[in-house]
Amino acid sequence: MQLFRAFLLRLFTTAITLSGVAVIVFFVIRVVPGNPIAMMLPPGATEADVARLTARYGFDKSIPEQFLIWLQGVVQGDFGTSITSNQPVLGLVLGRLPATLELSIMALVIAVFIGGFIALTGTRNRGTSVEAAIDVGNGMALSVPDFLWGLVLILLFGVLWPVFHISGRVTPSLDLPFTTNFYLFESVLRLRFDLWADIVSHMFMPALALAIPLAAIIGQLLKQSLKETMHLDYVTLARTKGYGENHVILREALPNAILPTLTLVGVQFTFLIGGTVIIERLFSYEGLGNMAIDAVINRDLPLIQGIVILFAAIFTAVNLIVDLSYAFLNPRLRHG
Amino acid sequence: MSFLAIKGLSARLRDTSFPILRDVFLSVEAGEVHGLVGESGAGKSMIGKALLGILPTSIEITHGTIELDGVDLLRLPPAERRRRIGATAALIPQDPLTALNPSRRIGPQITDRLVDILGWARSTAEARARELLDEVHIPDPVRVMRSYPHELSGGMRQRILIASAFAAEPKLIVADEPTTALDVTVQKQILKLIAEMQARHGTALLFVTHDLGVVSKVCQSLSVLYGGMVVERTTVRDFFREPAHSYSRALLAATPKYTDPLASLTPVPETVIAAVQAEVAAHDRSQRNG
Amino acid sequence: MADGRSQIRRRVGLKLWLSGGWIAFLVMAALCAPWLAPHDPLAQDLFLGRLPPAWVQGAEPGFYLGTDSLGRDVLSRILYGARLALIVALVAGSLTCLIGATLGLMAGFLRGWVDVVISRAIDIWMAFPPVLFSILLIAVMGPGLTSIILAIVVIDWTRFARVVRAEAMAQGAMDYVASAQVAGRRRISTMFTEILPNVLPTIVVLLTLEMGIAVIVEAILSFVNLSISTDDPTWGGMIAEGRTSIHQAWWVLVFPLVTLFLTVLSFSQLGEGLKDRFDPVLR
Repeated sequence: MQLFRAFLLRLFTTAITLSGVAVIVFFVIRVVPGNPIAMMLPPGATEADVARLTARYGFDKSIPEQFLIWLQGVVQGDFGTSITSNQPVLGLVLGRLPATLELSIMALVIAVFIGGFIALTGTRNRGTSVEAAIDVGNGMALSVPDFLWGLVLILLFGVLWPVFHISGRVTPSLDLPFTTNFYLFESVLRLRFDLWADIVSHMFMPALALAIPLAAIIGQLLKQSLKETMHLDYVTLARTKGYGENHVILREALPNAILPTLTLVGVQFTFLIGGTVIIERLFSYEGLGNMAIDAVINRDLPLIQGIVILFAAIFTAVNLIVDLSYAFLNPRLRHG
Repeated sequence: MSFLAIKGLSARLRDTSFPILRDVFLSVEAGEVHGLVGESGAGKSMIGKALLGILPTSIEITHGTIELDGVDLLRLPPAERRRRIGATAALIPQDPLTALNPSRRIGPQITDRLVDILGWARSTAEARARELLDEVHIPDPVRVMRSYPHELSGGMRQRILIASAFAAEPKLIVADEPTTALDVTVQKQILKLIAEMQARHGTALLFVTHDLGVVSKVCQSLSVLYGGMVVERTTVRDFFREPAHSYSRALLAATPKYTDPLASLTPVPETVIAAVQAEVAAHDRSQRNG
Repeated sequence: MADGRSQIRRRVGLKLWLSGGWIAFLVMAALCAPWLAPHDPLAQDLFLGRLPPAWVQGAEPGFYLGTDSLGRDVLSRILYGARLALIVALVAGSLTCLIGATLGLMAGFLRGWVDVVISRAIDIWMAFPPVLFSILLIAVMGPGLTSIILAIVVIDWTRFARVVRAEAMAQGAMDYVASAQVAGRRRISTMFTEILPNVLPTIVVLLTLEMGIAVIVEAILSFVNLSISTDDPTWGGMIAEGRTSIHQAWWVLVFPLVTLFLTVLSFSQLGEGLKDRFDPVLR
């Protein structure tokens, strides 16, 4: 009952946050000097053309009025029409979302694997030079953001030793039989492992760039909690039962050490998703972030609006999921 | 041939010359209950930890042998040593509140050694766990085995840890101050339970404690430690009748008697401490010269 | 344990020296750019396009780190780019710090409706993807140094506000604050005389970290081509150009990248080192 009330409260604050984002974006982008319509029409367009199109997109009304019209549309699932492509914003945004989701999730998986490996290796070799080296590496990985790691990876694995693709989502000449935009997922379902390999080879570099800072955070925090847990009595007791170091770390220490890391990963995952904007640009990956930058450059106001709100919605959803899974994973809360 | 024979065991703080254990000799016969007594810091816990292979990494063994059932544990490769300890010895830990893994159910924490190390079938191991929980007077063992530690009281948890220690029918159990962390009222019951289980299973017991009263109740023989050195090894009867070592006598005088709890106590006198310290120093000198 | 502590302290000392040294070096280079730079950073010469660095075959004397596709000297552009990067770091970092820390202090110490408003604003800010938000702001305000600085302030004030708020709350709960209140001091004056000095170490650490972030944000914005004007030498702009000609002229990307990498790393390590320094357990 208490959990349920906490949940309702969360939903309420989430709604406030999202409306706050909507209002801010809406007003900020409309402060832009110059008429976005005039910018996109060819030089020969008449005053009348501009006026007609301006009226069609509603830019002739006052900003609060425009906001109410927009809000009315959103309630009915209509996020407006993109100025540059003249297509519904919702369709455009949802079409690009799978690419960004696949990239973010792949980055998360890589980060968890690397971070987990670092933490376990560091715990197993605690107090040795191996651990010291891990600490130095973690410190560096944390200090430098994904954008720079992306550039470093491009140099290392795109130019110096070109083993991965550093541009695009898939080789353009390939014939894609997909019906959804979840390329990675669908290529597995269709058992097209040739395509799958091509997609992974495109995704791996941007995903790794996004993953490096997060992997370092996971590695650092998890190692810290594991080391603290390794001193506890139940771990010692397990040793007297005849279990070796690996087993003790994995079964006795890990489940108890993982909770603080999990909460942090949730928050950091939203940062990672935010990072896709520039990383997609860097790797010319056709996702939401790349589309967002194009929209900003082209002053496509309805599209910018839609993308920012979608990002904000994803962030808040991730936070909500993390809180729920935290409550579920902690046996003391589950049974308490 | 003693079941447990520790010979000349010395340990020190890693990378220093600070001694933790000084040339310890200790033997426990099969089925014997042996007390290890001394003030805190005397090294009594360290002996139990050394024999179970759970010394803190900051402490290293410099020489000596630990023979368990005729095999020197220190000569075995690490993996084999762990298995051997797991199969023949067990620990009853000090603090029941921290000695059970909070994220695992009780049942698997009792049966894991039987299944993973000794290769029992899961169902056999579970039946055995139920039987043991019954033996330690836990009502409704089936429900308890499905519980998480935080759902049970401290006394219950200590009973579970005792049951778990006896699960694999070890030949030797180390009880490391098993009642210190408990309420005085629960202490007596737990002590009685350990004695009861020991008698039923005929297990040798190394009872680490600072409480001579407890020793007089459960042990047959005891070793007195000071400064990581065994100053006296004797039977309980002889010890309480006439302790041979001056330090033992002083220690006894400093312990409240159950028969006369209000009698005034004498703290261990300075002269006795000085004498025993001189003895320790003399031992160190002979080690250096020899 | 004592030697373990001194070992950590030694490592912290090394960290501080290395990172501080690089930043000092960079400041000197930026100040002396007009005398150090072998060429005019804006001078184009298409006949000297994509010259490799001095130690590679085909290099021209005088262009130590090579030239870009328009024949501009990479070394000179890096030196002048340092000026811009450091101005952004200093101005944007301090302004963000001032505004964010003040709001955080007020929210954490005054509590009440002030805290409600500021906390809610922080929540909303946290729901924005920061890079996208900054690009958006630059698009709105138009390119230029002022826009970049304003964008960084608008986006990053929450970094300070969040941490300082939590610290101020913790400090506000302590006895010495209560006694200052009992003594009849005004709350605002208590905030500046009692709370602020205790939160100051944290603020200094955050400021150092923020400077590194400001440098990176500037680079990202120039990379997306929304920063200053395209002619002005910026590290991000050089990286953007280097990215397009990566297979023909790696040096156009590598040298500004290495400089940016070291600078960001140094600011961050400096912050971490200061954090360890201020840590009372290690002191």
